[in-house]
Amino acid sequence: MGLLTIDAENLYYRDLNAKIKEAVRKQNIKKIIIKNARGQRFIGTGLQEKDVEIIVESGVPGNDLAMFMDGPTIKVLNNAQDGIGNTMNNGKVFVHGDAGDVIAYGMRNGKIFIKGSAGYRIGIHMKEYKEMIPSIVIGGKTGDFLGEYMAGGIILVLGLTKDENPIVGRYCATGMHGGVIYLRTDKVPTYLGKEVKVFELNEGDKAKVKELVEEFCSEFKEYNSNDILNGKFIKLIPVSKRPYGRLYSPGNHFPLPEENYFSNKKVDIEKYYY
Amino acid sequence: MFKNSLLYPEKDISNCGLAGFINKDKKRVDGSIITKIIANQHDRGNGLGGGFAVYGLYPEYEDKYVFHLMYEHQKAEEETESFLNKFFRVIKSEEIPTRQIEEIKNSPLHYRYFVELSDEKKPASLSLLSEEDYVVNRTIEINKNIDGAFVVSSGKNFAAFKGVGFPEDISKFFMLENYKGYAWTAHNRFPTNTPGWWGGAHPFTLLDFSIVHNGELSSYGINKRYVEMFGYECTMLTDSEVVAYLVDLLVRKHRLPFKVVCDIFSPPTWDYINNIEDKEIKEYHKKLRIVYGSALLNGPFGFIIGFNGGLVGLSDRIKLRPLVVVESGNTTYLSSEESSVLEVCNKIDSVWHPKAGEPVFAFYNDYKGE
Amino acid sequence: MKFTFSLKPENFIIERDDERCIRCGACVQQCSYNAHYFLEEKNKVLGINHNCVGDGRCVAICPTNAIRIRQAENPYRPNHNWSKEKMMDLYEQAENGTVLLVGMGAPTPHPVYWDKIILNASQVTNPSIDPLREPMEVKTYIGSKPDKIEVVFDNKTKKPDIKTKISPQLELEIPVMFAAMSFGAISLNACKSLAKAASEMGTFWNTGEGGLYRDLYQYGKNTIVQVASGRFGVHLDYLNAGAAVEIKIGQGAKPGIGGHLPGEKVNHEISVTRAMPEGADAISPAPHHDIYSIEDLRQLIYSIKEATDYEKPVFIKISAVHNVAAIASGIVRAGADAVVIDGIRGGTGAAPKIIRDNVGIPIELAIAVVDERLRKEGIRNQASLIAAGGFRNSSDVIKAIALGADAVYIGTAALMTLGCHVCGMCYKGICNWGIATQREDLTKRLNPEIGAERAKNLLKAWKHEIQEMLGAMGINSIESLRGNRLNLRAVDIHEPYLSILGIKPAGA
Repeated sequence: MGLLTIDAENLYYRDLNAKIKEAVRKQNIKKIIIKNARGQRFIGTGLQEKDVEIIVESGVPGNDLAMFMDGPTIKVLNNAQDGIGNTMNNGKVFVHGDAGDVIAYGMRNGKIFIKGSAGYRIGIHMKEYKEMIPSIVIGGKTGDFLGEYMAGGIILVLGLTKDENPIVGRYCATGMHGGVIYLRTDKVPTYLGKEVKVFELNEGDKAKVKELVEEFCSEFKEYNSNDILNGKFIKLIPVSKRPYGRLYSPGNHFPLPEENYFSNKKVDIEKYYY
Repeated sequence: MFKNSLLYPEKDISNCGLAGFINKDKKRVDGSIITKIIANQHDRGNGLGGGFAVYGLYPEYEDKYVFHLMYEHQKAEEETESFLNKFFRVIKSEEIPTRQIEEIKNSPLHYRYFVELSDEKKPASLSLLSEEDYVVNRTIEINKNIDGAFVVSSGKNFAAFKGVGFPEDISKFFMLENYKGYAWTAHNRFPTNTPGWWGGAHPFTLLDFSIVHNGELSSYGINKRYVEMFGYECTMLTDSEVVAYLVDLLVRKHRLPFKVVCDIFSPPTWDYINNIEDKEIKEYHKKLRIVYGSALLNGPFGFIIGFNGGLVGLSDRIKLRPLVVVESGNTTYLSSEESSVLEVCNKIDSVWHPKAGEPVFAFYNDYKGE
Repeated sequence: MKFTFSLKPENFIIERDDERCIRCGACVQQCSYNAHYFLEEKNKVLGINHNCVGDGRCVAICPTNAIRIRQAENPYRPNHNWSKEKMMDLYEQAENGTVLLVGMGAPTPHPVYWDKIILNASQVTNPSIDPLREPMEVKTYIGSKPDKIEVVFDNKTKKPDIKTKISPQLELEIPVMFAAMSFGAISLNACKSLAKAASEMGTFWNTGEGGLYRDLYQYGKNTIVQVASGRFGVHLDYLNAGAAVEIKIGQGAKPGIGGHLPGEKVNHEISVTRAMPEGADAISPAPHHDIYSIEDLRQLIYSIKEATDYEKPVFIKISAVHNVAAIASGIVRAGADAVVIDGIRGGTGAAPKIIRDNVGIPIELAIAVVDERLRKEGIRNQASLIAAGGFRNSSDVIKAIALGADAVYIGTAALMTLGCHVCGMCYKGICNWGIATQREDLTKRLNPEIGAERAKNLLKAWKHEIQEMLGAMGINSIESLRGNRLNLRAVDIHEPYLSILGIKPAGA
């Protein structure tokens, strides 16, 4: 009861998503298993039910998985492609494999866990407001431009895969002006964005990381949370809310109101005009 | 050259999806496999362009050059046939067999010619050209000066099939299930500028080099003027064409190994070069950029180059287009989307994503070069 | 004060008639740029000329009409190459090493083709129609239309049923809508004025990239919600709240670069609506980072259609650049229901001056080539065309429709109804009229009831003028004018622009 299995072989993405929406909204289905996913896009898009679980049991789902999603949980038991969690508002995504580029673009809340590595431009312009704090945990490594323009949220990269690549690529955190990035490494990445500085983790950070790592390990059972937490972590945060404040100027330099001495007060004209 | 190309003199944009695979042991397989892979990426195109490149399809004519031609009208066919007879010894000439289907409309005529060079056919003015330069020269001559004729491919034991339609329909049209090759590439196009133009589909070829390209070259203007300095002519109004000519120039004429050519197309940034500790590598990158700056390909791209030694995949310097590699036994697959390979392959040894500007080399086991 | 290398720059001179001035101090209190001050010991009100931005607030509120603002002369030697403005910009950059910012649309002297195009009138061979007494229809539907339909007649009732499914459409009572101006760039009171006016006049307003403030959800039926590269305020309820979704790829004032809302303008309301920290700069990246190629655009369009259950039309907004025809064609084939094109005269709250003045093409040419290209390819029905970028009056609107647009967005004109004097200082966030600011003492100067009334007045007046012009041409329904270039002629336009516009010279 409440379970639906769909064989997605030869199923066009619009039909697959229509089936999923019908099952969740009209037939009160709470768990959907998809077999033989063959690159269908937008799985999970537009769904707001919090107690729904979609499992992609075989095959690889297509781009924009969980885009605009607002509640359900999706588990992919294989690799996934680009655009996961694009502008996602709530819910969880677990990928038992690698993921592609541009993950979590504009993400607003919810959690994404990738067991393996991810590609370029992860976490661009992630946002945050009060208790809406999106987070994304990547077990392996990432490519260039991680956290570009980040405005909020948490990115945690663990670097657990056994390859020679650096944990993150170049231009990490360029344009970052909010949020925090934790990296499990003792080598500060090269070509960091100039808006960030590297810090040690404080107690609050350690608690956040512990919570995320534990959730990561409870899904990806081949990893042990104690081993991971015993490693060295560093934290990247932006040191200015206004990284580009100094770059722009008014067209005609005249002082801003606070600097202007003459709003309602007595004036010393000679001094002003030297 | 097609007459109506004058109506649309700007360059076209080549956005889309691509795929390719190579059996490194040269095992020949039919066209249904590549068709399944590219058909899965249906939504990356808009039905106005599809094409395939095949290596190893004419084993009985292995050492002959085979010209695949498209003609707007019969007169172009007559003119070209007599041109080829004048400059080559034509072993066989025939229409390319096609299957009429509803989805493919307004097709031009398709012919193929198996030719070989002969000394008495070479005019005195071209007698100093090497064999391959001669073929290139005559190919450019047809494209430029024979009205209504367009060379689709001109290599040995290699051919391209392309046109206006979804790739799976083009495959049906040309009956690709009847051909067997050991390397196939395919392309699904989303053109915006010249939607009715059969010549605008990918792959673009010269000799046995073929290109399928996903992206848009913002450097096209200067890439084009650079290769035109060396005698090539860009007649196909599409930016991908220039990559085929650059590959011919750099690999065949300048004799640069592929990994150097890829360093020219997608060089590292200056800030990276300045920080390279090994002095020789640093000088190498610096000099390449200084000399070959006009051959740098800017803009998002992913492409697969085919040639008689195998396949090469490459993406742009900041990885704006996807490219994934799947290895399975003796076969290497390259594709825009991993899921499309799953349509035909279920015993996967490894899957990996090349980095920005990192070339993927998939050569035949017996290929000695680089 | 430190020594500066350049003359103190002035753009405007404040002239006060001292006899009329009653020393009420209103101008001193009202001017947020502090261009007036009261010198107590001499009992005089004086002006600081180089603070004056020429926005007319003091002139409007002075009870005795004692103030006059005039343009400052060029204090430098006349030089055709080195104008006063170019010199002042250079000194500014030498001083600070910064990128110069401006607001509002490009004031550069490129030709305005609207002023060189004239309309037809019917005489003798065809009667003109009087709109006051006969029906004159300007209703417009925006959305993707099928090429043909299938009609089936019921056997019993003989009633016709159109079997073809038609995509969702927007219904407009007048082919003019309010352009995208974000909450952040303009004040909440300005948004409320436009939302209310649009609802009451049967047209639409656009949220811009700042998201939709909760009090404005009540106007959802007349709202077009925008998804820009910063994805501010974008979630499912937002997408479903509006009548249509517009994906902003570019903007006429700053093609190719992203949006920039300075931190001063990000107050509490904005921070809630955009889900970002107060006081931080709100930066929208230049490209959408999930659109690097046209097939990615199709992916984004369908993700939004999927998220809104295919119930809302999806628009794409681009700036008019060199190959706008090819780009528009690609956008239509990617599945958009309407293409919005913003020309070089389009306004902005903040843009680098060098981009605003140098990048982009006039909207007149863009509409003409896009309409022509889509028709040549046989796909003109698949998407509506909306033009934007410096429309000043109803004749500009009619000419745009005759060139091929379905409807027009007005931005600067809409703000002018609320009091804007196009001084171009929007990015400073201290707009005296309460429009381009978030400061409460300034925004309370703009009363949304009055603002809505004035915006409605403009639309009413233009609607009537459009009807008069249609009637003069002998047309009583606007579909007959759309793309009908034979009703236009050109004066003083030469080749190749004449061919690009596709109209004949007057007399021919």
